[in-house]
Amino acid sequence: MGIRVENLVKSFGSVRVVDHVSFEVRPGELVALLGPSGGGKSTVLRMIAGLEAADSGEVWLDGARVDHLHARDRQVGFVFQHYALFRHMTVADNIAFGLSVRKIPLAEQKERVATLLEVMGLPGMGERMPSQLSGGQRQRVALARALAPRPKLLLLDEPFGAVDAKVREELRRWLRKLHDEVHTTSIFVTHDQEEAFAIADRVMIISQGKLEQAGSPVEILDNPATEFVARFVGDVNVLPGVSRQGHVHVGRVSVPAEDPHPDGTAVNVVVRAYDLKFWREDGAGVATVRRVMTVGDRVRVEAWLDEVEAPIFAQFPRRSSLLHGVEAGCRIAVEITQARAWAVHAPDAR
Amino acid sequence: MHSLRRPTGVSRFIFLGVCAWLAALLLVPLGALCVNVASDLGHVVSVLSGPEALNAIALTLAVTLACIVFNGIFGVAGALVLVRQRFVGRRVLDALVDLPLALSPVMTGLAFLLVLGRSGVLRPVVDRLGLDVAFAWPSVLIVTLFVTLPFTLREVALVLEEVGDSEEQAASTLGASAWQAFWRVTLPNVRGGLVMGATLTAARALGEFGAVLVVGGSIANRTQTATTFIHGALEERQESAAYGMALLLAAAAVALLFVLQRRRE
Repeated sequence: MGIRVENLVKSFGSVRVVDHVSFEVRPGELVALLGPSGGGKSTVLRMIAGLEAADSGEVWLDGARVDHLHARDRQVGFVFQHYALFRHMTVADNIAFGLSVRKIPLAEQKERVATLLEVMGLPGMGERMPSQLSGGQRQRVALARALAPRPKLLLLDEPFGAVDAKVREELRRWLRKLHDEVHTTSIFVTHDQEEAFAIADRVMIISQGKLEQAGSPVEILDNPATEFVARFVGDVNVLPGVSRQGHVHVGRVSVPAEDPHPDGTAVNVVVRAYDLKFWREDGAGVATVRRVMTVGDRVRVEAWLDEVEAPIFAQFPRRSSLLHGVEAGCRIAVEITQARAWAVHAPDAR
Repeated sequence: MHSLRRPTGVSRFIFLGVCAWLAALLLVPLGALCVNVASDLGHVVSVLSGPEALNAIALTLAVTLACIVFNGIFGVAGALVLVRQRFVGRRVLDALVDLPLALSPVMTGLAFLLVLGRSGVLRPVVDRLGLDVAFAWPSVLIVTLFVTLPFTLREVALVLEEVGDSEEQAASTLGASAWQAFWRVTLPNVRGGLVMGATLTAARALGEFGAVLVVGGSIANRTQTATTFIHGALEERQESAAYGMALLLAAAAVALLFVLQRRRE
């Protein structure tokens, strides 16, 4: 089912948490709402589900406006951040709840519960109580419960926020697989970019109540629409620079400008950690290495840029030839292979 | 290695002191009651099985049961309003709920007498309806309802605060009506608070004396409750009847304490 959201606005007291957000999700898509905590993502999700009333704006599900509908009439499955399982009911009763309130015949309920337990990898756990399950299992029960009444749309609020890193990794892969099998249009909220980029077809970046950019993971990584997105996505350096003759200059380092600015404009240069080259250059160079750290299969090099007096860091594969002789205290040359520049004080600068 | 848990001389002394104090305070009076009743058992049994005593016990039990039921319903409804709703004056209402705990029962009785008594504000209404309220069992019920009002409400409110409302939200996204969500999610979740509140309500209702005496007047076979029966027996120098009824109430209190204890575990 397709969904369209238009000009959603919501304030709590004097704080505007959702500020004219509009987007569309195509049928069968898996979309991530990504952004810093407290940015209004969950509120958008709750307004789509009908758990929160919008101050203004419209929500359309399947071409029909649903703003006036109560949550129970929207046929939207919702997975809560802390599961919200019914604590006094068994796993099977939890999953069957959405069917039994609709008075579906008991035999049919049982069959659906058994199928879902199987699909969710929880066979034989129907008679357990939620308190007897691990975090990952509870999450899957919550998902099964939401899917049981065959919702047209599945909404997940920080679905993996409350489980540990390893289980999260597993659940992530498993959610993507599930989506590929079931094809329920789904939107999930997360503050973890790795999570968003790993499983979503499209990612929407939301910050301070505003939709900053919507696009595929590659589009967002390669073509950030705003300085916020550029800074937020990936490991980035933000360096002070000046635009001159089609180039952006950061001290003595320069890079061809992708974003044209008038000569002399002061800019924030956003450089990804993997769009940099460092190599040792004794007696010359533009920066001094401060620290070299091995992080798994990559090496992170932190340095201090002389002229602009700013820290800069880069990441290289562990066996990279660029690392030859690079150690704490040595002088290095710096090359920026790709960068985006935003004028300081531009309207979208934050 | 020195164990942190091993009692030192001082802590053992304090422990014994606390035990002795509790024994003196709790067990000695109870023991004295038992001894007195036992020494005159035949007489006590005959008085307690007399119509006056039985009527007093029946009234006390009926009022207690009514309080449990009514305050159970009102407690859940009131707790839902106080915890889940946001409205002007909520804080004031929240504080007012505890008023019966702070007021002396004698004052409560007096206040109700002013409302329902001979020259009371509501007297014309009551008379028009042909009801006998003051110095009749309805007034005993009303003041007992008043003094037991906070218990269930507070216990249920505590549980509601703790569990939050996300389960109700989940129920509504799953298609449940507000009524279905209440019966299938909210009520089972607050069950523990309800039992706890009912136990406290029963303990208070069984033991209420001052308010009941003021509005009811301890009229034998009509408004006399177990506690006012004890009072009346003492006035008439019927000590063994008083001891017997007191022991009965004490036994009921101990039984309720067991329920409370099991709930806590």
